[in-house]
Amino acid sequence: MPKRQLRVGTQWLYVDEAEKLLREAIRIRDEEQRQLHGSGHHQSFISKYIFSTDHKWIGVQYGVTALVFLLLGFSMMLLMRYQLAWPGKPFHPLIAKFLGASNAPGGIMLPEFYNQLGAMHGTVMVFLAIVPLAVGAFGNYLVPLQIGAPDMAFPKLNMASYWCYLPGGLLMLLSFAVPGGAPSSGWTSYPPLSVIATRGQDIWLLGMVLLITSSLLGSVNFIVTIVQLRAKGMTWMRLPFFVWAQLVTAFLLLLAFPPLEAAAFMQLMDRVFETSFFMPSGLVISGTPLVRAGGGNPLLWQHLFWFLAHPEVYVLILPGMGIIAEVIANNTRKPLWGYRSFVGASIFLGFMSFVVWAHHMFMTGMGTVINSFFQTTTMIISIPSVVILSALLITLWGGSIRLNTPMMFALAFLPMFAIGGLTGLPLGLAAADIHLHDTYYVIGHFHYVVAPGTIFAMFAGIYYWYPKVTGKRLSERLGKLHFFGSFIFINGVFFPMFIQGLAGVSRRLYDGGAQYEHAKPVLHWNVFMTVSAFGLLIAQIPFIINFFKSMVWGERVGANPWEATTLEWAAATSPPLAHGNFATMPVVYRGPYEYSFPGHEFDYYPQNVPDPTPPPAPPPDGGGGLPQAAVAQKES
Amino acid sequence: MDSHAHAPHAADAHGHAELEIPFTVEIRPDTGLYNGKLGIWLFLASEVMLFGALFSALILIRTSAPNWPRGSDILNVPLATLNTFVLIASSVTVILAWANLRLGDLKWGRIWLGVTLLCGFGFMIIKAIEYGTKFSHHLFPKTNNFFATYYLMTGLHGLHVLGGMVVFAYLAGPGAKMFNTKREQFVNRVEVTGLYWHFVDLVWIFLFPILYLL
Repeated sequence: MPKRQLRVGTQWLYVDEAEKLLREAIRIRDEEQRQLHGSGHHQSFISKYIFSTDHKWIGVQYGVTALVFLLLGFSMMLLMRYQLAWPGKPFHPLIAKFLGASNAPGGIMLPEFYNQLGAMHGTVMVFLAIVPLAVGAFGNYLVPLQIGAPDMAFPKLNMASYWCYLPGGLLMLLSFAVPGGAPSSGWTSYPPLSVIATRGQDIWLLGMVLLITSSLLGSVNFIVTIVQLRAKGMTWMRLPFFVWAQLVTAFLLLLAFPPLEAAAFMQLMDRVFETSFFMPSGLVISGTPLVRAGGGNPLLWQHLFWFLAHPEVYVLILPGMGIIAEVIANNTRKPLWGYRSFVGASIFLGFMSFVVWAHHMFMTGMGTVINSFFQTTTMIISIPSVVILSALLITLWGGSIRLNTPMMFALAFLPMFAIGGLTGLPLGLAAADIHLHDTYYVIGHFHYVVAPGTIFAMFAGIYYWYPKVTGKRLSERLGKLHFFGSFIFINGVFFPMFIQGLAGVSRRLYDGGAQYEHAKPVLHWNVFMTVSAFGLLIAQIPFIINFFKSMVWGERVGANPWEATTLEWAAATSPPLAHGNFATMPVVYRGPYEYSFPGHEFDYYPQNVPDPTPPPAPPPDGGGGLPQAAVAQKES
Repeated sequence: MDSHAHAPHAADAHGHAELEIPFTVEIRPDTGLYNGKLGIWLFLASEVMLFGALFSALILIRTSAPNWPRGSDILNVPLATLNTFVLIASSVTVILAWANLRLGDLKWGRIWLGVTLLCGFGFMIIKAIEYGTKFSHHLFPKTNNFFATYYLMTGLHGLHVLGGMVVFAYLAGPGAKMFNTKREQFVNRVEVTGLYWHFVDLVWIFLFPILYLL
């Protein structure tokens, strides 16, 4: 095929050269805009980078902190997986030394330490990694940009939110250092075990109170921002779906967390003031009767905990779905199929998530009537998830799909989340749950939702918005290496869990089930899963290299490298102006996903571009003709 | 007034650019709210869930207990009744403070804020007397679940009163300087604090009969 050329000014250039020139021009214009509007103020290092009130920087703070916690939670899991695959085999001397003789004497992990790692892996991943990444980082950075706001409604509260999260997280980690070690009663902290546990549990509870405060401040801020600060013309049905997802998420955090806070106070009182909110009468521990007033109810904790923790599942998944919707619409170059269904489904999902919590408690003897109720609501809540997933799938149909790294993660999300969601149905049925409850099947199910589901969505988001934050693009080659490695190994980690779980292997076993006869036929999968987990670790190395390398050597891009329609790309520079986001406040003229708009000259029609004025009527003499094409073409 | 026309930043007296968030002071026409007011309502919604969870927990523990003492037999009903009136009075005075400030009367606004603060003090002192008497009779949270819930719920409510008092002290004291520079925003601050204060009052209106009378 002959190479095509474009005329730019008086010169003829090859298309790729012209593109490079255009990018450079856009970059210089961005730079000028930033210098004009963004640098008129002098801030100290501390107010700019540490106690910043700029939502973009707070988003970056959240993102980097959460990624560190993500790696930390992953490392804890690797230690556990090593023990599960080869029970009683000593660690490498260096790791043994790091863990210390109190946790791993002679390099062999103690059961108590295994329990600590299990509890902390769950806590770190849910409360310190995924939620802060999905809401704190992506939400903070993108929501004001996507709705055309200069910042969040309460910038100082936003700062306070991060500065409650970080100490809360560090406090949680500190619990490893107190006598008795970290909390070891699981991330669910069920009493009475958690009430009689060592001091680490107090720290867990205090850490939770800080994290709940952080999420409360954040959720109020998000809702007020979305309701109050939408740009002119940004009506509710013109909001990008990501913003809708964040709005529903914020309501879940706002209303579901306080009951856990109440429960945390009660557990703290049970532990510190020896009350009996959760302690039943006549409890005997290791042969000694416990001296307490008694009369409490351990199930009360479970109800209050799951009243938070089930909506929390949707807090984990909704922002991910929002990111996937943005990436898929952009890379199929067509509008989302059924935007209104997305919005309706996410709101319905939010409401329903408050009435399904006790499906985690089918085995506690609540009774068949209550079980039936929660089983029914659980089946109903699967509908909106299916609506969203189906709509995403149908969006692909007939699109001219661009297979870049964010899109690959987004495409992988669809079947992975589907596996995670569909395997949840048997758990939601009270009868099937009798067999599956507390087995590895449960672990497989929710990890499919959160790991190759939400975390893949987060990766899609990182690859997609990295150019917005840094002005540089992540390397596609390293990105694809990261994607394929992660995709293969993550299935290797989690799929065998279904096999083990169906065979009846219980979760939370220190030796991975070696002591049970019925686990023998499926025990060999433990080695496979552990090897896959280490493979998954290796697959993250290209990402880590890419993340830092591209900041310096990445390809420089203009404001809108993905040719997107939403405001964060169309109306802002890359990175956006430090102060107020936009040079002029954008005005919105249309919906968020006007790709391949019939009759428009480009295949994307940004939200902030006014409709063209109708062409002037031809002059009365009938002459004039078509205007000269701005750019001529010829073939060489 | 169409606030979308506002530039995103305006310079303050020192030449520093101060980021101006739309609708901090003025009302957004299509929602009819300024940011702070929506914020406080959302915060109160989460507070409803917090105290709602505690009330639910109390009901669950109480209904499953073989015997449960009557609050009026062991708690000091006359003192708590007095406290109820103190708190209701403070809800009236905070409205008076807001109304006076809105009409431009800083002096009386501050006086009423001060009276509200004093009512808060009064409430806390009476509460402390009640707690002290209970402690002297060796009635602690661990005594039984009645006292556990009593101390937890009144204690958490007391912390809310204390939080409100800190804000009132700030608004009546150093915070009142804002009256001369950003009057509307200051009056809004008093209004949202007042909304919070009414909620704290309302929680007590529920706590009083449930703990002391039933």
